[in-house]
Amino acid sequence: MQNQNKIFKFLKIVRLGWAVPLILLLSGKNPKKQLQELSLQLLVPLSAIALFLGVWHVFSTKIETKLGTIPGPGDVVSAFSELRDEVKREKQKAEDFYIRQEERNKVIATKFPDREITAKKYSGKETYYDQIGTSLITVFSGFIIASIVAIPLGLLCGLSKTINTALNPFIQIFKPVSPLAWLPIVWLIVGAMYTAKDPLIEISFINSALTVALCSLWPTLVNTAVGVSSVEKDYLNVARVLRLSWFKKVQKVIIPSALPYIFTGLRLSLGVGWMVLIAAEMLAQNPGLGKFVWDMFQNGSSQTLAMIMVAVFTIGIIGYLLDTIMLALQQLVSFEENAV
Amino acid sequence: MNCITVESVYKSFGEGTTEVNDVLKDINFHLAEGEFVAIVGYSGSGKSTFMALLAGLLLPDTGKIVYKGQPVVEPSPKRVLVFQNYSLLPWLNVYQNIELAVAEVFPDRSKSEVHEQVEKYIKMVNLYPARHKKPNELSGGMRQRVSLARALSMEPDLLLLDEPLSALDALTRSNLQQEIINIWEKQKRSVVMITNDVDEAILMADRIIPLSCGPRATLGPGYVNNLDRRRRISNLSKNPTYQSLRRNIVDYLIDTKKSNTTVLEKTLVLPEVEPEDISVRTSFTLFGKHPQRKSEERKISVK
Repeated sequence: MQNQNKIFKFLKIVRLGWAVPLILLLSGKNPKKQLQELSLQLLVPLSAIALFLGVWHVFSTKIETKLGTIPGPGDVVSAFSELRDEVKREKQKAEDFYIRQEERNKVIATKFPDREITAKKYSGKETYYDQIGTSLITVFSGFIIASIVAIPLGLLCGLSKTINTALNPFIQIFKPVSPLAWLPIVWLIVGAMYTAKDPLIEISFINSALTVALCSLWPTLVNTAVGVSSVEKDYLNVARVLRLSWFKKVQKVIIPSALPYIFTGLRLSLGVGWMVLIAAEMLAQNPGLGKFVWDMFQNGSSQTLAMIMVAVFTIGIIGYLLDTIMLALQQLVSFEENAV
Repeated sequence: MNCITVESVYKSFGEGTTEVNDVLKDINFHLAEGEFVAIVGYSGSGKSTFMALLAGLLLPDTGKIVYKGQPVVEPSPKRVLVFQNYSLLPWLNVYQNIELAVAEVFPDRSKSEVHEQVEKYIKMVNLYPARHKKPNELSGGMRQRVSLARALSMEPDLLLLDEPLSALDALTRSNLQQEIINIWEKQKRSVVMITNDVDEAILMADRIIPLSCGPRATLGPGYVNNLDRRRRISNLSKNPTYQSLRRNIVDYLIDTKKSNTTVLEKTLVLPEVEPEDISVRTSFTLFGKHPQRKSEERKISVK
């Protein structure tokens, strides 16, 4: 029973709450109530989605753009399967390339035993999945950079009124700045400082990651500062009675108590970062989803709009999954009751 | 020998001349080694402030507090305050909460000694089965036990209990009362307990001191409780010593409340308006009739 409750709580946290009445229904407990609950939690959203698809289907054929009519749900699905086929084709091409290379190397090895054998990497076209991967790596790099800067800075702000007042104007002014404004600055600075001839890391990647970091820094910074400065007085009194040293007080009382706030900040940061990333990639030409959208927009075929819509849904679903993961993490560190 | 002595202590909060809130006035208090004193008073009369002063969490405006020959200037694990709202760290379980205190107060002890100490006090308050639970999985009574165990595990000379039982239901309350008495009898620490329940005070303490009604609250005379230590609530109610003791304390508390309600007298001058008497018909009404005016004084008194 205890375990079951834990599982149910977890399902609710990861936004699979509808599975709870389903499981209870299958185990035959109070079927009428479970059916009601299930229809609310599963049927209602599903029918809303169905309604949306229907309206979209009807209206899409009626709007004429210079690239043909707006694609309906069916077109988007077929665009997606086309992208998938392309992934398969590229994979096949890569395999073929490596097989050919191996054969060629064998021949070389038998004919000219003293010649050095070179193994080249297949450098084909980036597939859609590669682009998703690049985007995820970029956003996480930016997010990690942001967290490494924001959490200690937020701690300092929360602990010291002086530092907080000193940093506050910068936070207030830089927080609302859009990624589009940061990017050129980042671009120029990185371009001036990172001048390796054969760079290990693509410069476009650095530009995008840093832009994401600059924009997603603020929620974590502000939340950490608030969390640290709003530690309950009782906990601080406990620290006083125990005569904890300053360092121990921070480590044993202040940080654990601020942890839920910090994770809320991190969750917001990742959300902002993912949103900013697409714009940053478009401008920096980082080979991720943003570049995909930009390239599709530029090539202007009849498939363009459908492909962009595939990207829109991909971006949305990945953002949703990232948020769910962060929500689950947030729950893990939260010590308050019923904090869902 | 006196464990702690308080001499003519004043404490107020707020600054400036208008917003100053004088909480405590001319507090004199002493506690003998091993004594159990209860302080009873109305809620909001400054009892918790008094406790915070004894613990060293607050400093008095004037007057001095001396603990074993040393003036009290900061909190110390030798004078441990058990907070009214338990103040357990919610991210640590029962064991860890107590362990943090023990490890901090006795830095010289080895890991196994710390472990032993923690387990000893968890068992003392009968929480061994719940030792791995987090505070929010425990009931109020259990949390208060943890809080008590944490305080006792620091082996303080003076235990300060700030309304430790007031948030609990009657049954849990009487259980914990008994437990606190048992522990106190075993360990013979000096205890100051705050309560708003006169019966609880008489049941548990050697001496009961009422705190007069705030603001500017002060301690009343101490009532020594000579009842046999094996007192139980059930057989107390008919005991004449108990009855007179209880009546004296309650009477004192009621009297201070009365004497503290000062009567303000004020003379109000009512405005010179009176409604027109429309029953009197006047023939000449071109400019209307002036209403009759009359100054009136009224005395009111506000408690």
